[in-house]
Amino acid sequence: MGGSRKKLLALGLALLMGGALPGLLKAAPDTIVMDKLGDLYGPVTFDHNFHMMITGSCATCHHHTLGEAPEDERCLRCHTGGSPAETVACKDCHPQDRFSSAYLEKLEQDPYLYHTDRPGLLGALHQQCLGCHQQFGVAYGCTDCHERTEKGDAFYRSGDYAPQGGSDDKH
Amino acid sequence: MMKKIDRRNFLKGGLAGTAALAVTGKATSGKAASFEGYPDSMGVLVDLTKCVGCRTCEAACNKEQGLPEPAKPFNDTSVFDETGHGGMPRQPTEKAYTVVNRYDTESGGPVYRKIQCNHCNEPGCLTSCFVNAYTKTPEGAVIYDPKVCVGCRTCMIACPFHIPAYSYSSTINPIIKKCIFCYDTRLKFGRPPACVEACPQEVMVFGKRADLLRLARQRIKENPNKYIDHIYGEKEMGGTSWLYLSGVPFEEVGFNTTLGNEPVISYVKEFLGIVPMVLTIWPALFTGFHLLATRKEEAEAGKKDNNKGEGGRS
Ligand code: HEC
Ligand code: HEC
Ligand code: HEC
Ligand code: HEC
Ligand code: HEC
Repeated sequence: MGGSRKKLLALGLALLMGGALPGLLKAAPDTIVMDKLGDLYGPVTFDHNFHMMITGSCATCHHHTLGEAPEDERCLRCHTGGSPAETVACKDCHPQDRFSSAYLEKLEQDPYLYHTDRPGLLGALHQQCLGCHQQFGVAYGCTDCHERTEKGDAFYRSGDYAPQGGSDDKH
Repeated sequence: MMKKIDRRNFLKGGLAGTAALAVTGKATSGKAASFEGYPDSMGVLVDLTKCVGCRTCEAACNKEQGLPEPAKPFNDTSVFDETGHGGMPRQPTEKAYTVVNRYDTESGGPVYRKIQCNHCNEPGCLTSCFVNAYTKTPEGAVIYDPKVCVGCRTCMIACPFHIPAYSYSSTINPIIKKCIFCYDTRLKFGRPPACVEACPQEVMVFGKRADLLRLARQRIKENPNKYIDHIYGEKEMGGTSWLYLSGVPFEEVGFNTTLGNEPVISYVKEFLGIVPMVLTIWPALFTGFHLLATRKEEAEAGKKDNNKGEGGRS
């Protein structure tokens, strides 16, 4: 898998060119506390500024929606240049109810929709955030970005809710 | 590999024998066309390239189905080093309808794979069940009626994926247990199974099986270097409601790629030439018995009313 080296190179390059987007940077929030989905895990404090710095390109996460050409070659075929979209927030395009019958019906009935295979919000965030973190070997454990809540512990039968069968012999 | 042949022979001999006995006379030389499944049935597309092995699906299943406490927490990844009988990877049990395993593949590092009932279009368990406890619902789920199940375990032998598990915990009422696609609590109401909804990586896509096949082909086409050009479950054993995409050869992640495309039921069809048997013969047979019994009662009641009792013919 030579992908991660290529990605690192791109990251370095992007860092050098990072200065090219001062206008956009101004509009972007520095830190974002993400707590829309919180249930089993607490909120995620996302250092937007830091991530903008290390990627250099907004398109790494926002596709072409901020006016930059997409990084992903698969998308270039149709979205050649960037064309700003009405929204850049993941949650506006990636539904929270990806598999509800209402949403599935919507997908089926929109004749102009090309992208019928877009992940829901939970999937979009993890595929992107966790995907990159895993690639770089940083913070990809399940409690690195968010802490498990009490409800989460009960759900996973972890912490105070761990099975009594004496499974603490590991590590 | 000998085992498989034994299984087939068992089915051919035992199963087809009994079925043929029941409906002799009807057997013709008709072709065994494969039943494509209910047109609007739902399915799940599992994309193995996205799974990170967090076991959230296992926890979700446990909660949804009210299963007993696990031996280890669901966030404990040491289970991946465990092996079951004979060094085999973990299999679903009567206490865990789905399990995730890790495969250290040659081509792509560790790959995780969730195992559960694949919900066949023409389920071997259903065909083999002598008391007709199983149903393939129009939504795609293969469910069973625990009140009817007598615990004979024929379905365990018939299942090409080794899914049904036997509940030893109750000797008075021993029954089979397996994933039911969350039919009672979710699928019936148009909602995805608990594991699908809980997965943080959206490894699984829930939708109409026909749409999922299209979507899977699109993923392969758009990412030719990422995926093996095969959708496991599209054809295997006559097709399954659960479908799989993989970045490594399927046999490297524990899939049986020698099953062929004929459903278990075909061994029966070979003798009977009746299509599709799953949906006709068994139910017909059993309603037949039922009708015979009730008509007789009706006829008796009818006599009193001076009606012409039609008798129990069908
Ligand atoms: C590492 C990924 C990542 C990168 C790189 C990134 N962003 Fe974001 N951005 C996010 C996430 C996640 C959100 C939160 C979206 C949400 O709440 O759904 C966000 C939100 C925003 C928002 C607010 C959207 C709203 O309406 O709430 C703006 C504006 C924005 N980003 C601009 C930028 C710009 C400009 C750049 C490039 C200089 C950039 N971002 C780079 C991930 C990223
Ligand atoms: C075959 C051409 C094609 C390819 C390839 C393609 N797109 Fe699109 N894209 C479209 C079309 C057509 C639309 C408008 C209709 C729609 O939203 O489906 C669109 C719309 C979008 C939108 C705006 C959706 C909205 O709700 O406003 C985004 C974001 C997007 N595409 C992202 C991508 C990404 C990311 C890729 C690469 C992984 C990609 N596209 C690849 C054709 C394509
Ligand atoms: C304007 C609508 C829109 C916004 C805003 C948007 N997306 Fe997307 N996203 C799409 C569409 C459309 C696709 C489908 C593209 C495809 O794969 O064909 C997609 C695909 C994806 C994918 C899967 C494909 C891939 O590139 O790997 C991920 C992951 C993703 N988006 C994450 C995000 C995140 C994270 C954000 C916020 C930072 C975001 N998206 C913002 C529309 C949007
Ligand atoms: C392009 C790659 C990339 C993407 C995409 C990305 N990150 Fe990161 N993230 C990093 C890197 C690199 C670090 C630095 C880790 C370090 O310094 O230890 C980091 C650090 C973090 C940290 C701090 C971790 C710690 O242990 O201190 C958090 C939290 C975080 N990211 C959340 C997110 C979220 C949420 C998203 C998705 C919206 C995201 N990241 C997307 C590369 C990425
Ligand atoms: C790179 C950062 C990152 C990592 C690593 C990560 N997540 Fe998340 N997770 C997020 C973000 C961002 C959200 C959205 C938070 C919100 O909006 O509430 C989220 C939300 C969730 C949610 C839904 C909210 C809830 O509390 O129920 C679940 C479940 C979840 N994560 C599970 C996991 C699991 C399991 C893992 C380990 C495989 C994991 N996450 C690893 C970033 C991460």
